[in-house]
Amino acid sequence: MTPALELAHLSKRFGGLPATRDVSLSVMPGERRLIIGPNGAGKTTLFNLVTGDLTADAGSVRLFGQELIGMPTQDRVHLGLARTYQILTLFPRERLVHNVVLALLGLDRRRWNPWSILTANRDLYDNARESLERVGLGDSAERIVVETSYGERRRLEFAMALAQKPKVLLLDEPLAGLSQAERQTIRALLDTIPRDVTIVMIEHDMDTALGFAERITVLHYGEVIVEGTRAEVVADPRTREVYLGD
Amino acid sequence: MTLRTVVALAACAIALLVLPWAIGNEFYVNMASQVLIYALFALSINMMLGYGGMVSLGHAGYLGIAGYGCILATVAGYDQLTAAIIGVAISTAAAALFGVLSLRAPGLGFIMITLALGQIVWGVAYRANDLTGGDNGIRYPARPMPFGFDIRDAASFYYFTLVVFVIALFFIWRFSRSPFGASLMGTRDQPRRMRMLGHNVWLVRWLTFVMAGFWASVAGVLYVYYNLFLSPHAISLQQSAEILLMAILGGASTLTGPIVGAAIITLVKNVVSTYVERWNTLLGVIFVVVIMFMPYGLVPGCTQLWQRMRNRIKARNAASGPASEPAE
Repeated sequence: MTPALELAHLSKRFGGLPATRDVSLSVMPGERRLIIGPNGAGKTTLFNLVTGDLTADAGSVRLFGQELIGMPTQDRVHLGLARTYQILTLFPRERLVHNVVLALLGLDRRRWNPWSILTANRDLYDNARESLERVGLGDSAERIVVETSYGERRRLEFAMALAQKPKVLLLDEPLAGLSQAERQTIRALLDTIPRDVTIVMIEHDMDTALGFAERITVLHYGEVIVEGTRAEVVADPRTREVYLGD
Repeated sequence: MTLRTVVALAACAIALLVLPWAIGNEFYVNMASQVLIYALFALSINMMLGYGGMVSLGHAGYLGIAGYGCILATVAGYDQLTAAIIGVAISTAAAALFGVLSLRAPGLGFIMITLALGQIVWGVAYRANDLTGGDNGIRYPARPMPFGFDIRDAASFYYFTLVVFVIALFFIWRFSRSPFGASLMGTRDQPRRMRMLGHNVWLVRWLTFVMAGFWASVAGVLYVYYNLFLSPHAISLQQSAEILLMAILGGASTLTGPIVGAAIITLVKNVVSTYVERWNTLLGVIFVVVIMFMPYGLVPGCTQLWQRMRNRIKARNAASGPASEPAE
């Protein structure tokens, strides 16, 4: 079977500092993969290489067998890639529903139309509201982003990514900065995502994240040092050394 | 559309229609035409500035290319309509090229490239004596008769300009409310995120650049029709800066802001300058005061002020209401 996402010998240096060193990993369709590692291990850099925010120095990134290297970010998105950001990247002065509409427009030909009235495209708004309902923000659709709580904004990130019906979803610390209760909400939300979506997640909260992922990759100084099932990785002494502490 | 919007629009339409009768004086009717022409320039630059966050200092270049194009095509013997279309087409094509060059650099680099391109147009107009008449300028060799209408007298010219302006305003209004406009504003606020949502940020900006160039070219042809003359002075850096300031003064990112800005600057330059010798100083003072007290421009500033006043009146009524009750 073709992997949903396959990285081969991926490398990236910032000046003299290697951020990603010869990373190879493959994620199967429908898999839930967790990427862990201490701060500065190159986890977010890895995501940025996959999305095209950063240009890789060497190596390849394949999405269902198709090479992504050299392709602009927006084209990768059109192939079914979506992500959420560790540092929230939203449209703060707009209504929540408008944020999701922008996500929907990204994959819709109508985004080139300079003549029609956006709000007259009812189906876009219905779709966007549906997405917001799915993450429990159905009643907040008309609120402005700056008026919402941090936890609600996190869920909006999810609504925007899910609205695009991605094939591969990259989640960059989706639980960061959330309260225990909010973490449970997001955790429950993750379980509702169907298996035709492959998920790769960076997360520090081991309690929540370990239960979610089938396979785990441990990054350290830009290198994959351990990879395997939950049990294998937790049992591995190198994981304990670099991540869980002695 | 609410009833209030309809009433407001109707009132504006009637005011604009009866303006020449109401004013009577030919000088002021011509001034109204000038305001409309500059308002179109300011609206076009605001498509980039307000909705796209792209600051251009070369907008007068389109006035130059479209203006000279139109004049030279007429000199070459084309009929007026064809000549106007040639002028606008060449100028829009130039915008397409300028866009490719300018959008290579973000932020300050973008401003500097647009400035340089505008100056190149100015330099060519200044130096190409055989073609443009150089510093002496060149006359439009005919009476403008768009579609056979005689627009020689001030009122007719005003109505002709008004028609073109309203068509342009309608297009730009639709643009600002359209899916494309929403994408453009998204690329202004979060370009990286927009890419990650599947939007082609570069292409959105470039298309906006070209559309802004097109409407500026249309305004350029109107400018030539009005002055019947074009010289490099009309397309200098100062002209570009003034167009930009009109949009900023009135309030970029609003539809009406650039129109208000164009009206104020044009009137101060042409009307107040006959009474006040130091009108440039006055213009400077207006800028400083507006930017200090209304950093987003006059239209958003006044809207905010109006809302605050209404809230205060409401609050006072609410406070005095229950307080007076126990006394009774």
